[in-house]
Amino acid sequence: MTGKEQSARPDDAAPAIELRGISKSFGPIRANRDISLSVASGTIHGIVGENGAGKSTLMSILYGFYKADAGEIRINGKPTAIPDSQAAIGAGIGMVHQHFMLVQNFTVLENVVLGAEDGPLLGPSLAKARSLLTRLAGEYELSVDPDAVIEELSVGYQQRVEILKSLYRQADILILDEPTGVLTPSEASHLFRILRSLRDEGKTIILITHKLQEIMAVTDTVSVMRQGEMTATVRTCDTMPEELAQLMVGRKVLLRVKKQAANPGDVVLDATNLTVTDDRGVERLKDVSLQVRKGEILGIAGVAGNGQTELLEVLGGISSATGSIRINGKEVSCSGPGSDAGSRRRCGVAHVPEDRQHLGLVMDFHAWENMAFGYHHDSRYNHNRLFMDNRAIRHATARNMEHFDVRPATAESVARNFSGGNQQKIVLAREFTRGPQLLVVGQPTRGVDIGAIEFIHQRIVDLRDSGAAVLLISVELDEILSLSDRVAVMFDGRIIGERITSETNENELGLLMAGITSES
Amino acid sequence: MNSQMPKWADVALIPLLNLLLAFLVSGLVVLWIGENPLHALVIIIKGSIGSAYSWGYTLYYTTNFVFTGLAVAVAFHAKMFNIGGEGQATLGGLGAALACLSIDWPHWLLAFPVIVAGAALFGAAWAAVPAYLQARRGSHIVITTIMFNFIAFALLVYLLVHVMKAPGSMAPETKTFPPGAHLPTAHEMLAWFGIGFPKSPPLNVSFLLALAACVFVWALIWRTRLGYAIRAFGFSEPAAVYAGISPFRVIMISMLISGGLAGMMAVNTVAGEAERLLIDSVQGAGFVGIAVALMGRSHPVGVLLAAILFGILYQGGAELEFELPAVSREMIVVIQALVILFTGALDNMVRMPVEKLFIRMRRGAP
Amino acid sequence: MDFATVIQILDSMMRLSTPLIFACLAGLFSERAGIFDIGLEGKMLASAFFSAAVAAFTGSVLLGMMAGLTASMLLALVHGMASITFRGNQLISGVAINFFASGMTALIGQNWFKLGGRTPSLSGDGRFLPIEFPFAVNIESVPILGPIYSELFSGHTFLVYLSIPTVFLAWWILFRTRFGLRLRAVGENPEAVDTGGLSVTGLRYQATLICGLLCGLGGAYLSTGMAAGFIRDMTAGKGFIALAALIFAKWRPVYALLACLLFGLLEAIAIRFQNIEITGLGTVPLQLMQALPYILTVVILAGFVGKAIPPRAGGEPYVKER
Repeated sequence: MTGKEQSARPDDAAPAIELRGISKSFGPIRANRDISLSVASGTIHGIVGENGAGKSTLMSILYGFYKADAGEIRINGKPTAIPDSQAAIGAGIGMVHQHFMLVQNFTVLENVVLGAEDGPLLGPSLAKARSLLTRLAGEYELSVDPDAVIEELSVGYQQRVEILKSLYRQADILILDEPTGVLTPSEASHLFRILRSLRDEGKTIILITHKLQEIMAVTDTVSVMRQGEMTATVRTCDTMPEELAQLMVGRKVLLRVKKQAANPGDVVLDATNLTVTDDRGVERLKDVSLQVRKGEILGIAGVAGNGQTELLEVLGGISSATGSIRINGKEVSCSGPGSDAGSRRRCGVAHVPEDRQHLGLVMDFHAWENMAFGYHHDSRYNHNRLFMDNRAIRHATARNMEHFDVRPATAESVARNFSGGNQQKIVLAREFTRGPQLLVVGQPTRGVDIGAIEFIHQRIVDLRDSGAAVLLISVELDEILSLSDRVAVMFDGRIIGERITSETNENELGLLMAGITSES
Repeated sequence: MNSQMPKWADVALIPLLNLLLAFLVSGLVVLWIGENPLHALVIIIKGSIGSAYSWGYTLYYTTNFVFTGLAVAVAFHAKMFNIGGEGQATLGGLGAALACLSIDWPHWLLAFPVIVAGAALFGAAWAAVPAYLQARRGSHIVITTIMFNFIAFALLVYLLVHVMKAPGSMAPETKTFPPGAHLPTAHEMLAWFGIGFPKSPPLNVSFLLALAACVFVWALIWRTRLGYAIRAFGFSEPAAVYAGISPFRVIMISMLISGGLAGMMAVNTVAGEAERLLIDSVQGAGFVGIAVALMGRSHPVGVLLAAILFGILYQGGAELEFELPAVSREMIVVIQALVILFTGALDNMVRMPVEKLFIRMRRGAP
Repeated sequence: MDFATVIQILDSMMRLSTPLIFACLAGLFSERAGIFDIGLEGKMLASAFFSAAVAAFTGSVLLGMMAGLTASMLLALVHGMASITFRGNQLISGVAINFFASGMTALIGQNWFKLGGRTPSLSGDGRFLPIEFPFAVNIESVPILGPIYSELFSGHTFLVYLSIPTVFLAWWILFRTRFGLRLRAVGENPEAVDTGGLSVTGLRYQATLICGLLCGLGGAYLSTGMAAGFIRDMTAGKGFIALAALIFAKWRPVYALLACLLFGLLEAIAIRFQNIEITGLGTVPLQLMQALPYILTVVILAGFVGKAIPPRAGGEPYVKER
């Protein structure tokens, strides 16, 4: 426990954690580029950034999950190699993962001692843990019933067990990865109280989040990550959420879309009071109502994880909700029979999912098979009730691939052999060429190169101009601003504001995305 | 980026290497027993494809394995592991027997479709319960189908001992089927065209049915909407849901087809060969189907080839025992086990190094 | 049914349950660690053969049992390689091992002994002999307690007496030791074990080897305790009944003992009576008794009588998230 001894001297000048020039690539993707960071002992340091900015990768390197390609880690001033989790634990680092690393049918005590037992028999370890837990419960407001089984605890309590696990292993440095993503507001504020008291006891805490309010509320210093780089490190009291939001989103390559003013017609999508509750009983989508008209694009802005995915999946017929959905004035079900994806398509809804590899494509299907995916009942693609007309599908595929400039334009290739951008074009080609009444599209340009972005944007506008209603969900603010006619911002499962695109700007939307409304 | 190997390596090279390994280890076993593996190989080949007579037996076994192999393959496409071919074929035998015994059939052409339907329906029914439990209640289909194998066997024994036993017979078997339900053998069918074929091999018209089943499965999987849905579901359940495919429907239908195919094996053994229902007419063919489907990569052509290979092994194995008493016919079970092990469970042992080799070759010659 | 018959049936239940108990505990260790094992049958069979064969050669049942345990553990190692190292399909590997054992034992048996796959009959030190309790003969005539002591409790072989303490030992290991805690954790959430700095691979290999050891004991009992020699496919589905018992017991050791005793009892009844007359219901056929363990297991699996939830990580090879 070298970390333990050294941090026992709080006035030690050496920072608790120092990262120097950390780089990490996964194949062609550079997840971390030359990152340097220094966190003083006994502070709470926040790291903010959008999804995919490289925060989790950096922390995984610190916790020994990945090995950095280059760079050095110093713990309390001492260069430390962290080849695996064991070494990280040994160096006094504890991690609270986004998805808890708990054994669901074990008791709290069993989870706490797992991997840190004192001897071959469990009895003494459990007794020791029990007394320590009692002590910690008093010290840090971390009370949990030691004999409760994890799966019967609420998420907030489960998270406390994760923190207790780290403390039991005598961690001095605690990393929390998106800790409030699954918490209710009161659970979150309790967590922050725990974190502050831990800091006051001399622990160093790294808080990874994309929620700016949390950064402002609890951290001492904050770093911003964007596209694998550390773009700024500032003292929290010297900054403002607006500034952080701008640093997070950044000024991206200016995208130009040729776009006339919208000419909205009748209401196509009329959704009222949509609410989605996940299997843990947490409301992910809260009472959302919105309308999209023929010939307009409604953009849904927001930091990822604020209910956009759920909204998309309800509209696409993948998950069920309460509330009501009308399409062209006709009521469609949002749960039970008739709410499946096939029924949605028959109502003229085309759905481009956020995750094309998981949902939008069958990665082991050929491109041409994917071109009929979801529309395999279409009479154009079938000889009769039994047999599919593979020639017709191949023919349509060749045409669509040409129109959407899919490269290579080989219908016989398997989907996983295409690049991300071209996979996306296959999905878009399939959904756009159906002439949908309503298009719901999520993250249309995620992982797509610049050239293709412009192309895809133009196609979305063309679709609007041909009379479709478009609901666009994106975490890229630029994309929302350049495509939408109206913008709604989602925060914490709700729509907290709606603006006409031409009458708003990035700053205003950035504030809304951070959950700050003018009223509050 | 994810596919490191050309397609031919995946569908042909890897299975061949796996098979080679299985045979290599089998050869070592023969060597250990004190016989010459090459000599054994010659006996197997001569004994299985050396004459019209031996072909008659080889293809008879092949017929069984095509049905059970296709059964496993269809379920595999929906990512279901149907290990219950044995039980489904047992029930298929019951269905076939009931069809044969139902009336005094005037001609086999009239009886044949009813026998096939009876076998398929009973086999499918036996797969229906595990399928439903998987689709609706999440009960692991592997375990339930294993349990149903044993239940099927107990049921059959009960029926043969207490209900269907031929009057006056001591053995637990039904009476011989009426002559009108006799399916033409290869000897009889080839005689229509004036071609001579030995009389004793049990090869019969069911072989043609097996070939038709191959075509049926090929068309089902790669030409129909249902097959499309089955494959999509098998590759990715979330994507299938996105496309509006009902998981319940796919699980039920693919398992019913699978069970039906396994049941149809009985057309060959019960109606075609034994011409009465015996207590153990399946004889492990349900399990051989697993090896056949794995080796054939769940493609009907592959299944047919693998079924022929196992037909050769089963027939050749019988000859082997005859010629080399030291090597009993259980050698075949060992080979079968090794084929399942290397093609099914240890696939990555061969795949990983071969993939690395291809990556290195690609880098060497960009 | 008189008292003597009841004692006889219970006595036979004890013997018939023993291989089930060992195999069921074997499956328990493996599946609790997240490795499905439908190859219990094959491992038992291999052990039964090698136990009897080596005992026949050497005249020593202990040497025989050693050989049996070794064979069973080697097969377990193959299963471990397939399911852990090469991340293969655990079910397919189990199927392969069952066939391999079935084929190899018959093949080698015929080759070595030329008795149609059987081993010679074992006698004397070549097999486990019944252990008579003290005074068993003397108090046999005492009513009720006499037969219970002399027939039911006394006169079984060493492995029968070993089986029940093994259940409690297994419970103790799983629920009272560090190793047990880690083993259960790796079957539920290997990622938690991995991030806790423990080796998923190491734990799982240990579990499969214990599985091999216990299957080996079950197999050794079959050929050198219950019977006096090996006959072809003598496990006759016992590995699968043990698997059924494991599910029936919802992967808990003491319940596993009860399930094995129940299934052993059903078998004992089926052997004793061909058909059972139950007034009002008519005849219960022997075959229903034989199928009952499987039917009960399906009912449990279907979740109609309490849901059987297998270890969460069961059947899935562990791949570190990338």
